[in-house]
Formats: sequence, C-alpha cells, structure tokens
Amino acid sequence: MAEVLVHVDHADGAVRKPTLELLTLARRLGEPVALALGAGARETTAVLAEHGATRVLTHEASEYADYLVVPKVDALRAAVAAVSPAAVLVPSSAEGKEIAARLAIRIGSGIVTDAIDVEAGAEGPIVTQSVFAGSYTTKSRVSLGTPVITVKPNSAPVEPAPAAGTVAELAVGFSDSTRGTRITERIPRRSSGRPELTEAAIVVAGGRGVNGDFTVLEALADALGAAVGASRAAVDADWYPHAQQVGQTGKSVSPQLYIAAGISGAIQHRAGMQTAKTIVAINKDPEAPIFDLADHGVIGDLFEIVPALTAEARARKG
Amino acid sequence: MTLKIVVSVKYVPDAAGDRTFADDFTVDRDEADGLLSELDEYAVEQALRIAEAVEDAEVTVVTVGPEDARAALGKALSMGADNAIHVEDDDLHGTDAIGTSLVLAKAIEKTGFDLVVCGMASTDGAMGVLPAMLAERLDVPQVTLLSEVSVHDGAVIGRRDGDAASERLQAALPAIVSVTDQSGEARYPSFKGIMAAKKKPVETLDLDDLGLEGDELGLAGSYTVVEAAAERPARTAGVIVKDEGEGGKQLAEFLAGQKFI
Repeated sequence: MAEVLVHVDHADGAVRKPTLELLTLARRLGEPVALALGAGARETTAVLAEHGATRVLTHEASEYADYLVVPKVDALRAAVAAVSPAAVLVPSSAEGKEIAARLAIRIGSGIVTDAIDVEAGAEGPIVTQSVFAGSYTTKSRVSLGTPVITVKPNSAPVEPAPAAGTVAELAVGFSDSTRGTRITERIPRRSSGRPELTEAAIVVAGGRGVNGDFTVLEALADALGAAVGASRAAVDADWYPHAQQVGQTGKSVSPQLYIAAGISGAIQHRAGMQTAKTIVAINKDPEAPIFDLADHGVIGDLFEIVPALTAEARARKG
Repeated sequence: MTLKIVVSVKYVPDAAGDRTFADDFTVDRDEADGLLSELDEYAVEQALRIAEAVEDAEVTVVTVGPEDARAALGKALSMGADNAIHVEDDDLHGTDAIGTSLVLAKAIEKTGFDLVVCGMASTDGAMGVLPAMLAERLDVPQVTLLSEVSVHDGAVIGRRDGDAASERLQAALPAIVSVTDQSGEARYPSFKGIMAAKKKPVETLDLDDLGLEGDELGLAGSYTVVEAAAERPARTAGVIVKDEGEGGKQLAEFLAGQKFI
C-alpha cells in the first residue's frame, strides 16, 4: 500500500491537534508515515502510533530551533527521498505553508494549500478548498510530481487508529543555505489558558462594538470552554492581541460554533470565519452584514446579552 | 553603493466586489474591478521606508499579469517607487503559484536585487507561499511574515510574530522578506506623486525576454488542476430576534438546542 508522509507539528514532543487530523486524512490515502523534527521529536511517537502512523521518522538537531523554515524543508526533502510517498500532508499554519511551498519547488511538485477536505481519487488526492472569502468551494488535484497538500485545522476528526508506529532515525544533511536566516531571539507567547484559536471547537469573537472591553467575552468564552477572537478593528485599536485576529490577515477558523459580538462582518472578517458550522451574531445594528450569515442573531446591546448568556451557560453546566 | 530593492506586487480583483471563476476555472478578471492587492501596499511602504533610511537606494516594482495589471504598478509608482517591470505574455493565462514564482524569480534575477519585499499573501488566491518559493528559487535567505523590518550594515533584521512565539530574525543580504499588515500603514499617493508616476519608466518583458517557454507556464504548464468550482450555497436564513430583555436567555435556548451548552 502507498505511504503518505505527514509533517508533525509539535511543541517539545506535545503533538498539536491538527497533526492528528492529518493522520485521519492520510489514512484515506494510504499508510501514514509521520515525520517529527527537533527537540522532543522522539516523545511524539506514541500518540502518532495511536492515531494511525505505521512508521515515525525522527530527527533531532539544534538547527530546527535556530534557523527559520529551511532546516525542516531539508528534512522533508530527505523523507520524501526515503519514503517515495503518494502525497505529503502539512498542517496549514503560517510556517507549514512556507515549508510546503519550498518543498514543492525543491521536488518539482504541485502544491494545494488550505485544504478543508482531502479524499482519494483515481488520479491522486482530490483536495477541497474554500476560496474567495468562503463564497466558493473548489476541488483540485496536483497533476505533476508528488502532491504537497497543506490542510487547515478542524478539517477532519481526530480518530484513534492504533498502528505499529515503528520508529526510525532519518538522516538529514544541512547546507549553508539551511542557516540563511538565524532566529536570534524567541519570546514565547503568554498562554491565556484557553484553547488555541484555530483549533477551538467554539470561538467567541469581539469587534468594534466591544468598545475596548473584552472581559465580558472572555467570561463567556471560559463558560463555554472557547477561544477568544477579535476583528481587525478591535486589534487595530489595541484592544486585543494580533495573534487572536480572525479574518483575511489574521487566523482563519472553522469551529463548530462562532459567536460574533459587536462585529459588523466586513468581507475581510467573513473570509476568516465563514466556514464555521453554526454562527451566532450579536449586534446593535440590525443592518450589520454579519446577520446574513447568522443561524441565530440578536439585535441589541452585547453588554446586556452576553452576560445573560454567560450566566445561563454556567447555570446549565453547574 | 545603491541598495537595490525589488517589490513584488499583484493585481487582484477587488475583494469588495463579486469574485467569480471563468469557464476554465481561472479567476475571472474581466468581470471584476482590479487593483493593487491591499496586502502589497504594505510591501511597497516598507520598501520605501527602507530606501529612505539609507543613503542611496532604488525601488523597483515588479508584477506578472495581464495588461490591466499595469494599474497596480502605477499605484506603487505614485506611492514613490522609482521604476517598474511588467511581465506580460498571453501564455501566462492560468499560471499557478509554482509557475508565477518561476517567472518572478527570472525577472528579479534579470533586474538584480539586494532585497526583495513581498506582501504576506495576495487577497485573491491568498496562498501566502510566493515569498518562500522565491527564496527557494533564488537560493537566498527567507525572512518572512515580518511585523517589523529594517536593514543595517548589509543585513536585514525583523520581527516575526508566530503562533507560539515572537521571533527576532536576522539574515545577510541579498534576501527575500515578506511583511504583514502589522508592519505599518501604507502611505497615500500625493498629487505630486501621482503626476510624477506618469513619467517613471515601466519596462515590459515577455517570456522570451526571460528565457522561458510558453508551455512551461499557463494552464498547460500548471502543476495543479482545478476540477470543479461551485458557489457555496447561501447559508439558510437564521432567526434574527430583537433583544427585549430576553435576548441572552433565548440565545442560551438556541445553543442548548444545538447541544453547545
């Protein structure tokens, strides 16, 4: 059976959820072979095997933390040569897309980014994408080389599927080009204790209508176990960090539930949340375009409605 | 020594209008009003700021696209870029990101560069892969997704705000950078700038000038095939209620019905 290479996104050995979703998709195409790089790579193997990896290739070297992107491309190139996979799947993070882009050029293959679904097809994997701010859905395939596909978080369920997970060390050679861009300092982001924005099942997001005060939204998010997002207007006003921005120039999210409070719903914002399963909107302005997307909309003051909802959510939970 | 800065820009259909596909599943560029991609304005801005901070610099804008794409170059020139290169060829219709990066890399190599500045992504295809592809093709350091960038003593330094951490990056020139919408508001062209732009040189190149064959590019040379494109069904109209004091409670009922709470 054909093998499918999956690039593992992990933090010191803790595998991030989108990688497990990739393993679900990879199993549709063949036998998943996972590639884990950098400090902690060897600690990823058990969870990868539980989710379907028949083999896990690892390589630990300081280059992965010290230089931008290219060391990981070198490793993927080596893995493609060693495995001859039917496809390469990479998480669609900012870094993941850059790694995939360079790999595609290096191995002379086509690339499809930001997949929301991947299925087996007669002529190779069929990749579904959501384009033009979510207004169109396309199906594409790579017609030359080994398909390189980046997949958005929340595009597939995480499924336990125990497999052998045979561990092997990958031989990776670095060159001068590998060390072109040095990471001279790294300041870790302070954790909010809430779920990762792109991975969360529920996102509570605020915009201009929040008027600088996100505490009511944070309280609702905590009652729902949700991540907090912000529109560009709220981020530009310095009310919330850019890392939490939802939209064209921020994160693109596809949660089960998206609650938009005080967000009018400009096209740039819709581009980042239109694929959410259920959308709830709270806005003072009955004409706000966000209501066109909403499964349930409330016209009114979010500072009245959100705390009432938070209290109800807590009461039902308790 | 003149610091040679090349800004790679794209002419895109206006995101505020209706964007559609043509019969061959390429982006329909006839039906939509086009403009310089908003995210590339940040690239032009940072290129101009870097140029202004050194003694001697030249800013060249380059684009690959049909005749109309000249409008994107015009905007960049009116903001203050010195000259422009327009790569235009009928065989380019339907070229994917792999092909576009090849054409751009050839054009950038031909004109020469110390620094290439790109936007973080286009506003139409929105793949965000082109800067990395250019760095791979030109074999120079990739210093990308920067919210801060500057050039000192032959090196580019910048800040990349990632998901898990904020990183400070450093690379020797020549290099490729991309900048985000956090890098600083783009300037508006002044009247003087708009008038001056009309006299600035725009060089037009075709594939032959770049030593490329038509069949390597366009739809025929594409590494990817779009098999179907369908308009997403409009979301079924939801229930919109006016809050009369019970809005929060009603919302809780709705969420409970969907098993969210």
